Amino acid sequence: MEFNENFILGCSAIGAGLALIAGIGPGVGQGIAAGHAAAAVGRNPGAKSDITSTMLLGQAVAETTGLYGLLVAILLLFVKPLLW
Amino acid sequence: MEHGIWLSASSDIDVMVHGILKYSFFGHEVWITTTQVSLLIVVLILAGFSIAAGRAIRKGTEVPGGFQNVVELIVEKLDGMVDSTMGKNAKKYYNYIGTVFIFLLVSNISGLLGLRPPTADYGVTFPLGVMTFLLIHYNELRYQKPKDIWKDKCSPLPPWLPIWLPINIISDVAVPISLSLRLFANILSGTIMMALVYGLLGWIATIWPAALHVYFDLFSGAIQTYVFCMLTMTYISNAIGDGGDVKA
Repeated sequence: MEFNENFILGCSAIGAGLALIAGIGPGVGQGIAAGHAAAAVGRNPGAKSDITSTMLLGQAVAETTGLYGLLVAILLLFVKPLLW
Repeated sequence: MEHGIWLSASSDIDVMVHGILKYSFFGHEVWITTTQVSLLIVVLILAGFSIAAGRAIRKGTEVPGGFQNVVELIVEKLDGMVDSTMGKNAKKYYNYIGTVFIFLLVSNISGLLGLRPPTADYGVTFPLGVMTFLLIHYNELRYQKPKDIWKDKCSPLPPWLPIWLPINIISDVAVPISLSLRLFANILSGTIMMALVYGLLGWIATIWPAALHVYFDLFSGAIQTYVFCMLTMTYISNAIGDGGDVKA
């Protein structure tokens, strides 16, 4: 069955939108990390810089899955692999 | 193929890497791209700064003043960062981590100079990830006994039952890929956002995008630089393990 270019582009755009559902997970995860970091700073204000750097590191690692979703979306929109 | 994705009106949304100059390299068609040009500019800036810094240190005074002060502050902060993460192994990695940190920081925030950040090209970040990968496994082979490495690679199960081996190997290979993709995707998304703001909003985007620049270029770039260096250091000191003192 032959599909024309516009149909494939439209489906790619829908796929890109769906790929960004991956952003939910990192959002929740980073929020939990930040909340616990805030609680930790409240309990032990002296360790603020250590807590902040640990939190940023953990958040950046948690962010990776969301970034994979973003990459899939970017590839679908700009590289258009389905049109090849 | 102009229809579709480019939201009709403005065609000046420009986020891709462009070829500038084509030449033939042993029969292959090779392009000089915008990435290489901005990389060259970044490297020239860094080289100029390094020459000036070296000159300032060479005729430095006991009580630093002016530029010498700035240079000493930068070196001190970077060494302190490496020290606090790697502990006793820090000495050998001052140079590498410091170099990677300064290079990544300047390339990430080079969007402020109107360049397309070199790190928004996977060809720049992937070699950095591969360098981390090589350092991890070099240190692992050097400082750990082969028996311990094998035990580690079969880790949740006992060493005589290597069912978990392929999965551990895959997770080892995933390290440089996720490191480089994280950096690449963050900087690329910032670049795309800025291009969309400038390309789609036209005259509306006059002064306030400066705030977005602060977030997408400065904050995001600095955080990603920090994260890349921290993860590299953590992985390397994990690979060295307890054996660091033996041959150091």
